[in-house]
Amino acid sequence: MKKLQILGTGCPKCNALAEATKIAAGELGLEFEIEKVTDLKTIMSFGVMTTPALVVDGAVKVAGKVPGHAELKKLLGATG
Amino acid sequence: MRQYFRFIVAGIAGAVLWWLVYSQLAPFAEWLTFSVLALERGSHLGSSVEFFVFEAPKVLMLLALVVFGVGIVRTFFTPERTRRILSGKRESAGNVLAALLGIVTPFCSCSAVPLFIGFVTAGVPLGVTFSFLISAPMVNEVALVLLFGMFGWKVAGLYLGTGLLIAVIAGWVIGRLRMEKHVEDWVFETKPGGGAAEESPSWSGRIRLGRDAVKEIVGQVWLYVLIGIAVGAGIHGYVPENFMASIMGKGVWWSVPLAVLLGVPMYSNAAGIIPVVQALLGKGAALGTVLAFMMSVIALSLPEAIILRRVLKPRLLATFFGIVALSIMAVGFLFNLLM
Repeated sequence: MKKLQILGTGCPKCNALAEATKIAAGELGLEFEIEKVTDLKTIMSFGVMTTPALVVDGAVKVAGKVPGHAELKKLLGATG
Repeated sequence: MRQYFRFIVAGIAGAVLWWLVYSQLAPFAEWLTFSVLALERGSHLGSSVEFFVFEAPKVLMLLALVVFGVGIVRTFFTPERTRRILSGKRESAGNVLAALLGIVTPFCSCSAVPLFIGFVTAGVPLGVTFSFLISAPMVNEVALVLLFGMFGWKVAGLYLGTGLLIAVIAGWVIGRLRMEKHVEDWVFETKPGGGAAEESPSWSGRIRLGRDAVKEIVGQVWLYVLIGIAVGAGIHGYVPENFMASIMGKGVWWSVPLAVLLGVPMYSNAAGIIPVVQALLGKGAALGTVLAFMMSVIALSLPEAIILRRVLKPRLLATFFGIVALSIMAVGFLFNLLM
């Protein structure tokens, strides 16, 4: 099961990323759990400076923007 | 190679098309207002309508072009790269570099805090970090394009130059005050992590990002721009000059501090404040006062103070605001004097 984390302090882009990720993961038929991380210390521990960011199974996949649908599916699928 | 060729051809065609439309806007506005709508030349309504029909598409086209260009330039600069460039730099040179990088590094106000922490823990001096944080939200391409499109290159250039000056000086002064102890302690306990994998996009990727930027930014601000131009059109056609000169004119020395103080509790992005700027300038307010007001609204805001409170202790937060406010006032005074 993939662990998906959305890092962000609650700005509209963070919600957009969460929604887009849910849709993409759903389309790929992935088993996943999604978590929204708003605590700054935790966000910083990933070394992320620009929110929103997407973390898949502990690895930061994208930061600072909401990727397009196709790109999101690639990022979610790539980690085997 | 074939791919690049297609891009270049498309790019040139696009530029030519853009230029053709752009150069026909003025005659088109005149034709539409006075021939098609048959309004009277020299009438209030005629002036206003011609102004609007000319300015609205002109500003939107400029905006799209510049946002696209800057969007592509930004793909060459990531916050991680900026941090690497700035870390360990001496003050002064570092302040100037940080202010300049603030213009081209992508920045969203929600990222202000993570960026601050990321910079400070990676060895970027505090003052240099502040120079970046002041320049990034304030000196942005939307503000510059709107100012250029509506008031000409001199005003836009002024805003750019003074914005950078303020970022450099305020950041430098804060650095000199050696207030590192006034950053919240937990900030220094965070370890700089690995960050997102950094891959350089291909050229087609960059162009796509430029296009995304246009969709996103123009999509956000177009309504404000139209409102602003409508306000300007109304003023252009109807309001007698020098209406505001008594309160915000050059002779009134306290108009500058007042403008800056007024700007603090107000918060707006660059596009939203332009209608107000237009109204004030059109009614005779002094340029220095209006620029000071605009900068104060964008750079100093209560929401930003609340966000920054998480990483800055009250003294440093107050110092930051105070120094930026003073710098903006100084610039406002200077311009009223010089112009």
